[in-house]
Amino acid sequence: MKEHSAVPAAVEKPGSETHVQMSFLEANAQAHIEEMERDERVIMMGEDIAVYGGGKVVERFGPTRVWSMPISETSFTGVGIGAAITGLRPIVDLSIASFMYLAADPIINQAAKLRYMTGGQIRVPIVFRCCMFYGGANAAQHSDRPYPVFMNVPGLKILCPTNPADVKGLLKSAVRDDNPVLIFEDTKLWAVKGPVPTDPDYLVPIGKADIKRSGTDVTVVAIAGAMRPALEAAKTLGTEGISVELIDPRTLKPLDTDTIIHSVAKTGHLVVVENAHRLCSVAGELAAIIAEEAFEHLRKPIQRLTAPDVHVPFSPVLEAQLYPSKDQIIAAVKKIL
Amino acid sequence: MKLTKDIALESYRRMLRIREFEQEGTRLFKAGKIPGAFHASIGQEAAIVGACMALRKDDGMTGTHRSHGHPIGKGADLKALMAELMGKATGICKGRGGSMHLADNSVGIISESAIVGGGIPLATGCGLSAKVRCTDQVSLCFFGDGAVNQGTFHESLNMASLWTLPVIYVCENNGYAITTSIARSHGQPSIAKRAEGYGMPGVVVDGQDVRAVYEVTSEAVARARRGEGPTLIEAKTYRFDEHNVGLFVPGTPYRPAEEVDHYKTHRDPLALFRQVLSAEGLSEAELRAIEGEVTRTVAEAIQFGEDSPLPDVADLSDYMYSDPTPVPAKQFA
Repeated sequence: MKEHSAVPAAVEKPGSETHVQMSFLEANAQAHIEEMERDERVIMMGEDIAVYGGGKVVERFGPTRVWSMPISETSFTGVGIGAAITGLRPIVDLSIASFMYLAADPIINQAAKLRYMTGGQIRVPIVFRCCMFYGGANAAQHSDRPYPVFMNVPGLKILCPTNPADVKGLLKSAVRDDNPVLIFEDTKLWAVKGPVPTDPDYLVPIGKADIKRSGTDVTVVAIAGAMRPALEAAKTLGTEGISVELIDPRTLKPLDTDTIIHSVAKTGHLVVVENAHRLCSVAGELAAIIAEEAFEHLRKPIQRLTAPDVHVPFSPVLEAQLYPSKDQIIAAVKKIL
Repeated sequence: MKLTKDIALESYRRMLRIREFEQEGTRLFKAGKIPGAFHASIGQEAAIVGACMALRKDDGMTGTHRSHGHPIGKGADLKALMAELMGKATGICKGRGGSMHLADNSVGIISESAIVGGGIPLATGCGLSAKVRCTDQVSLCFFGDGAVNQGTFHESLNMASLWTLPVIYVCENNGYAITTSIARSHGQPSIAKRAEGYGMPGVVVDGQDVRAVYEVTSEAVARARRGEGPTLIEAKTYRFDEHNVGLFVPGTPYRPAEEVDHYKTHRDPLALFRQVLSAEGLSEAELRAIEGEVTRTVAEAIQFGEDSPLPDVADLSDYMYSDPTPVPAKQFA
């Protein structure tokens, strides 16, 4: 099978500056469709995707490209890996990120390891779509943010976009990558709208952070859904004369530490915000990296804002206590300035 | 499909290669020249080779921690396999895999998984890939009797049946998952019978008879190539050695010495097949010629392994990613 290079009609040439306004979820669906049209090796797999798959993908591509899976997360993940090794480029939708623990064995023991364990004889070009549904009173077994667990696994790439343009560009880069890539989507961001390039070859490079707002007083790194309160906090602080540099790593593995170190060298202050649990979180890793490599630039201790080491409770009044808020971010910034 | 003379001779050659490769490997392991753990397939050669001979080189295959026989059965060159056992730079996996992971992709192997049952979904995905790509390739999956109690076995057979995937599931049933017998671990002791629960044929075959294994596997392969879906084959076999060489087993032996002796004396697949070949008119000289050739090939593989350099420690992170995504040098400080 050959890779298609056909450019769908009615879109501008590569390199054009044309953007359209769309939601995170729409941009994500558009990335799926564009990549499936570009390359017939790309298939989708997941539970109920014949019904919920965006953009009427089944009607568009048919059942040999869109595979509705039985409730067998462990094995259909392995099926995707076997297909990836033998010529396809699957996008495996794991539905709810908490189900990733069922899929963890083939992701970790097979997808992540096989290239290395075979001395480079095989490659595993596969994308896992992992949707984080916390914050909606679904209790602990449907509400995980498990990306830190997988960051400890060599051989994976891990993405965590926060806006529509980034999810489109990163998902397309992931599909074109020859390594196993996990893309964590924060469903709190699904409805967020923004300008998205229409160029079908628009890609966001894996491993490159983005400065969402430039500033000089404090560096705030926000992961996934924490970006929303962080942006609001940065705006409020701006009105008070505090200049926040807000960084979105976009890729968690490999992490673009240079951008963050460069920013901390400028501001001398670091706050990291995320909704995963505290122990061995991205915040913990970033604090270690900055302590090792940019200690001399720090003027005050690094602040970590995370969920505590407590499960996600069902009752909304309890769950609301779990995730860092705009006010907590503002307080953390003021504490070190 | 019956064994032709050519296929019979090649089967004998490959079975003998496994036997001598592993006998020599055991010797080298005991001499400290092979690190790690050494799981020999001695006694199981007919189950492996009979199944492999029914495949084409471009058919996919997955195997297990007892991995040496699978690439040899599929026709791999022995040199890179032996070098891998020794942890050398010229090893088939560049010294990253070792004894439990002798996957040679040049003969179609996509994984030798030391996670029991881990290869079953991968082989199923290999079949799905063939279907999507509209090729007539099939996928063959080796696993042991222990693996059929993993969820991956049930989930994968269900999917293969549901989508009529071209997959042949071959259980090398040697009767024991390390020390645990079928009687102590399987509610349904017939593995082949489980196929019925997934709507596919299940076949029991004498795994010590290479012709029988070849015939049932060829039939399953032909079904799969015709688009008629998967088959489960239970090849009843026996491992002559311990689960792995030198394994300490405390207390009462989990299998009686008489049972082991019986298989070694009366059910040795190589001795049985040699008798058949003789009875069918192959001369002693023809058989001796193959045996001499195999001994030389194994000796050459050992020599190649011993002459090969160890991996360069500076290359530790090679093969982590397919593009240059360097592991930061600071991590090695």
